[in-house]
Amino acid sequence: MGIRPILSTLLRHKITAALLILQIALTCAIVCNAVFLIHQRLQRMDIPSGIAEHDLLQIQLAYIGDRPDAYAQAQTDLATLRQIAGVQAVALANQLPLSGYAMSNSGIKLRPHQQHESLQVASYYGQNLLSTLGVRLVSGRDFQSEELLDLKAVMPALHSSDLKHLPHNVIVSQAVAAHLWPGQDALGKTIYVGNDIPLQVIGVSAPLARPDALQLGAQYSIVYPIRLTSTEGGSYVIRTAAGDRERVLASALAALKQLDPDRIVLQQRTYDELRQRFFESDRAMAGVLLGVILSMLVITALGIAGLVSFWVAQRRHIIGVRRALGATRRDILQYFQTENFLLATIGVALGMALAYGMNLFLMQHYELPRLPSIYLPAGAIALWSIGQLAVLGPALRAAAVPPVVATRGS
Amino acid sequence: MFGYYLDMALRSLRRNRALTALMVVAIAMGIGASMTTLTVLHVLSGDPLPRISSTLYAAQLDPRDMGGYRLEDEPPDQVTWIDGMNLLRAKRADRQALMTGGSVAIQPAQSALDPFYEPARYTTADFFSMFDVPFKYGHAWGASEDAARAAVVVISNKLNDKLFGGGDSRGRMLRADGHALRIIGVLGDWRPNPHFYDLNVKNYGSDEGVYLPLSTSQDLHLAHLGSAGCWGNGGADATPVAPCVWLQFWVQLYTPARANAYRQFLIHYSQEQKALGRFPRPPNVRLRNLMQWLDYQHVVPGDIQLQTWLALGFLLVCLVNTMGLMLAKFLRRAPELGVRRALGASRQALFVQLLVESGVVGLAGGLGGLLLACLGLWMVRRQPTDYAPLAHLDGAMLLLTFVLALGASLLAGVLPAWRACRVSPGLQLKGH
Repeated sequence: MGIRPILSTLLRHKITAALLILQIALTCAIVCNAVFLIHQRLQRMDIPSGIAEHDLLQIQLAYIGDRPDAYAQAQTDLATLRQIAGVQAVALANQLPLSGYAMSNSGIKLRPHQQHESLQVASYYGQNLLSTLGVRLVSGRDFQSEELLDLKAVMPALHSSDLKHLPHNVIVSQAVAAHLWPGQDALGKTIYVGNDIPLQVIGVSAPLARPDALQLGAQYSIVYPIRLTSTEGGSYVIRTAAGDRERVLASALAALKQLDPDRIVLQQRTYDELRQRFFESDRAMAGVLLGVILSMLVITALGIAGLVSFWVAQRRHIIGVRRALGATRRDILQYFQTENFLLATIGVALGMALAYGMNLFLMQHYELPRLPSIYLPAGAIALWSIGQLAVLGPALRAAAVPPVVATRGS
Repeated sequence: MFGYYLDMALRSLRRNRALTALMVVAIAMGIGASMTTLTVLHVLSGDPLPRISSTLYAAQLDPRDMGGYRLEDEPPDQVTWIDGMNLLRAKRADRQALMTGGSVAIQPAQSALDPFYEPARYTTADFFSMFDVPFKYGHAWGASEDAARAAVVVISNKLNDKLFGGGDSRGRMLRADGHALRIIGVLGDWRPNPHFYDLNVKNYGSDEGVYLPLSTSQDLHLAHLGSAGCWGNGGADATPVAPCVWLQFWVQLYTPARANAYRQFLIHYSQEQKALGRFPRPPNVRLRNLMQWLDYQHVVPGDIQLQTWLALGFLLVCLVNTMGLMLAKFLRRAPELGVRRALGASRQALFVQLLVESGVVGLAGGLGGLLLACLGLWMVRRQPTDYAPLAHLDGAMLLLTFVLALGASLLAGVLPAWRACRVSPGLQLKGH
């Protein structure tokens, strides 16, 4: 059947048709961008931390008042925790990947007196750090325990620029090595931090995500040979089998309490909980977006169905005449389906331009990447299907109009 | 006349129940989504101190070394200990306070309560008068306590309830980090949102329970909580000697002229420090008032803005949807309208009649939207965000819901009504 009669009918309902097209266009544009936003969030939530996530526990303690013997106490704590059945390794770490709060960042330079930093990285340190977290070394070696300096001694040395009592070695993550020395061996290279403090790279680690500010490069991190205590913000990280986590956490807390009851537990959780918390807002945002997309598609489908029902009722007489003149039910059905397809096509074409415009606005104001072009045909197919689905009911009703209607008055 | 139109509108709406329901639901969903996000946006971008915010300013200086220097750089958000103390002593503003965040371990006297950590604020005396902080019992400390590093403390209403059952606790001792501090005041209900004076801790829903003199906090080595921006060999440590910014400096200046004079003073101070060799960079100062400061710090989360845009887009789709349905409905009634025209009703009368019909749809949609917005805000409050507990509908937003719903439905009705009342009286009568 030709398109011409459909067009001429639509032209007589210009405003209504235009409104329908506008609705389809707006829905298409918003849905394309919202689906893209959801995809971005899901992608972000997928970032690998690089550590043995399901096997780790974190306990953070705080003392009341000053503790001169904090370093000795920390060694006792670590030894006691290691004795607990099921514990594979224990670390005392300054921060953890994706914990949402960076205790420490460093600006790296490649030469002394370099004006601008080459890279902003997260700096990790602590005792038994990499082995407990399950981050393997790609090349080079891990720190020996006697190489570690105490943070309380490093701080004054830092202020007096006393290079002798500052770390000389560093471990960088693969991502840092690849960024600073593309295609070269990072081992033995020197980086500079602060007022040109030189550090020699002795190891390159597998990926290790930073605690926050992922936009600065999710995997840019380095490890210093420094140890700290819980008075300086460190927390105990315990590695155990995933199935033992709850039991080990309870025993560890009991053991620590027994060693010194005058400490406050600030944090006690599995690493999975920590990671869950970090991406909570992304998950919520994705949920909101999904809800809006679904509501919008339902409203649009119902709107199309309602409008076409009206048209069918309005054209009952004409449909009857056409049926009397020999049009089959199939012809009538196809008429409404083709009409809807035409409207949806114009709407989708307009919607793609709108989607692109919206994406430009979002790129400017919310640092989003460009909308990949695959979203546009996907959006078109979605709107076409919804249109056809919505029109089916009223169109079937139209096809059921008997030819005898033609003989009655309008 | 209006009563008659209303009656006709209700009759007409009843005739096409499904269609009416569709229009009402579309408006309700659009309004519900928009009001949920607009309420959150309204709460988050509000003025925490509406009466005095225009007289409060955050002072910024640039004490950093030349590493990474760019001409267009903004100065750091916080100040160093030395600069903060210098500006405080200069007393060139009407009021001034130097402060930072902290965290202290509280050991309750009654053994039923375990020791716990409480967020604290270490500040100089003007904090309370400058920010117009209400007191339930007692009063703030003064300059003499600041100078004497007195072991005094002001606590929040909430902490007072927790520790002393809400009684007048003046003169009692608070054990904090192993030190005994004498309570001299209890705050009234005071929780400014956003937490404008220190956005390094938590932007919303922050409740510091303990306030004590900055000098005392240094004496007792109480823990700092917040961020420390360092350069050179600064190791992120918040101490007076470190090359780090970790304190907030706020001033109150009653007139714009005073503010300009203060800005000049900051420039002059920076030049002086440069001459002394302390500031390697050229003078770079900012003096933003409270609302400018919040804007500069982007306190309203980007996600909230994005959700608001999305909801408004959704409302637009619902509006276009309703407009199309209303047009179809009104045009269908052309015969009836033609009869009314032929019987002497003016075009204007028909137009008003049809608009009343869309208004009724709008009001019903607004009511539904209000319910959906309440549901939406309940869901927002269940989210684990800082601002979750703040998401409540207030009077202004309630009014806006109905204004928006009525406005949207009338807007959706204008074009269809205009189109429908152009019927010519004769033409429609012929067929019948």
